[in-house]
Amino acid sequence: MTNSSMVVRDASSATAEYAGLQQQRLLYILGRLMLYLVLIAGALFIFIPLAWTLSTSLKTEAQTLAYPPSWIPNPIQWRNYPDALTARPFDRYYLNTFVITILSVVGQVFSSALVAYGFARFRFPGRNVLFMIVLSTLMIPFHLLIIPRFILFKLLGWLDTLLPLIVPNFFGGAFSIFLLRQYFQTIPLDLDEAAKIDGATSLQIFWYVLLPLAKPALGAVAVFEFMSSWQDFLGPLIYLSSDRNYTVSVGLAAFRNDYFTAWHLYMAAAAVAMIVPLIVFFLAQRYFISGVALTGAGGSKG
Amino acid sequence: MTASTVPRPSRLRLNAFQKEALSGFLFISPWLLGFLIFVLGPMVALIYLSFTRWDLVGSPRWVGVRNYVRLFEDPLFRQSLKVTIGYGLGRVPLGIIVALSVALLLNQKVKFVGFWRVIYYMPVVLPSVAVALVWMWIYNPRYGVLNGFIRQLLGVEGPRWLDDPLLVLPSLMVMAVWVSAGRNMIIYLSGLQGISQELYDASAIDGANSWHRFWKITLPLLTPIIFFNLVTGMIDTFKLFTQAYVMTEGGPRNASLFFTYYLYQNAFQRFRMGYASAMALVVFVIIMLLTLLIFRSSRAWVYYESEIAGGGN
Repeated sequence: MTNSSMVVRDASSATAEYAGLQQQRLLYILGRLMLYLVLIAGALFIFIPLAWTLSTSLKTEAQTLAYPPSWIPNPIQWRNYPDALTARPFDRYYLNTFVITILSVVGQVFSSALVAYGFARFRFPGRNVLFMIVLSTLMIPFHLLIIPRFILFKLLGWLDTLLPLIVPNFFGGAFSIFLLRQYFQTIPLDLDEAAKIDGATSLQIFWYVLLPLAKPALGAVAVFEFMSSWQDFLGPLIYLSSDRNYTVSVGLAAFRNDYFTAWHLYMAAAAVAMIVPLIVFFLAQRYFISGVALTGAGGSKG
Repeated sequence: MTASTVPRPSRLRLNAFQKEALSGFLFISPWLLGFLIFVLGPMVALIYLSFTRWDLVGSPRWVGVRNYVRLFEDPLFRQSLKVTIGYGLGRVPLGIIVALSVALLLNQKVKFVGFWRVIYYMPVVLPSVAVALVWMWIYNPRYGVLNGFIRQLLGVEGPRWLDDPLLVLPSLMVMAVWVSAGRNMIIYLSGLQGISQELYDASAIDGANSWHRFWKITLPLLTPIIFFNLVTGMIDTFKLFTQAYVMTEGGPRNASLFFTYYLYQNAFQRFRMGYASAMALVVFVIIMLLTLLIFRSSRAWVYYESEIAGGGN
């Protein structure tokens, strides 16, 4: 309560100022407290379903049906995990999902980068119109095209193979093209020119100059494609019919119908399905965050 | 002599242009091919199929506009539009308010922004089927954790969330906010960080309080992102499928008969390819009209400022 640290010029105004400062400080602290309380409440809202999943996945079936529901499984039944994962050929499902996801990411990143390079660095008739078409396909909900696509893949003899889920990615994706083109345009043209003077072909410029500089955007495209492949449900549900070709999502949905109630097993299977993308997310979070921020930047331009 | 030398460089330059154009076309050719095969072709096929009757066996039979006539008399199709649009009208604004609020909080020079951002973003990456199972279990009327809380705190039986025609959509909206708030929050946060401090300083000199600053500076400068959110949110609503398939099967009493689920039932469970194509086409037109409406209205309320565009890059 000492105000020795203050330079006292006018006693009365100093005390008033001090009281005001105190009040301001109190308000500030209260505000901060509220702020963190709200943030913690939000974090709890995010965490509770995940904690509940984990807790259920380690309970016995009897415990899942107990009242009141308890948070700590007792005894801890680790067996649920092997039980759930062998109840159906989940090893197959994971293998299929990994194959689809990895090939889709590779296809999406490379083809979208090539296309984006074409749009960003070359002048050709109709370029702006074509790019407008790229943008407008962002607005099409592709679920509306599932019927003709299903028929197309049926004609190609690709049904019940992984091809319909992989091959389209090798033709680029509108969102990835958009994101990469935006990014390429921020890279100074001088670099291209310098490489051209050194005798580089346009493919070499693309490979040695632009791609290394566009790593953040390429990373963002890769993680987005990883997530969308890993999460896709309607596509695999329609295209894949035999059990050994299922993806994790389709397998999980089918697993749900195997028993009447086996929530401890469903939650164990769900927890494993969530772990893979979570690991990828934690390893590559800066790409996610910067990628989403780039989306926002695109969005803010309409 | 000069006359004969002049055209030569110009022809060379023309060749360079042509070469550049050719390379350009080569580079974009994957997309162009993909567009023709996976978008334009299917679009044309969809239009054709919508005038036919086909159960995938044999060849499609032309039936004229009969599918469309039936569609407008189909109470379930109307129900699916009602459910989808009703859900969107609740979920999209709710999502925007929650995401914007969290972003505003995190923009207050909070400690560990990275940590909070990661926490809130986490659910976005989880597979939708796993998330659907988790929330089914949370909402389970007898053994679920939510009704367990309600019983312990209030001593009454909780509602039957997903089995209640009135509560099923709000329950799914809460789940959707849990899933996607993080992504939209990051978009808003990056928008907020793009707003220059000078604007706030200037307004502080003019005596504006934080309430005024929010309504007169922050919100107008965020309208482009809100607009983006509205459009993508609406399209996402029409894509919603997993929840209906895994959690509710369209019920109870068709209260969650989302459009894509009804489309799936018709096309891939009853094999009415023609009818389902007509359905998809009508919804395509509806989405176009809605997008156009939002675009039109955006002129009145979306505020574009070069500051953001520059900052966003």
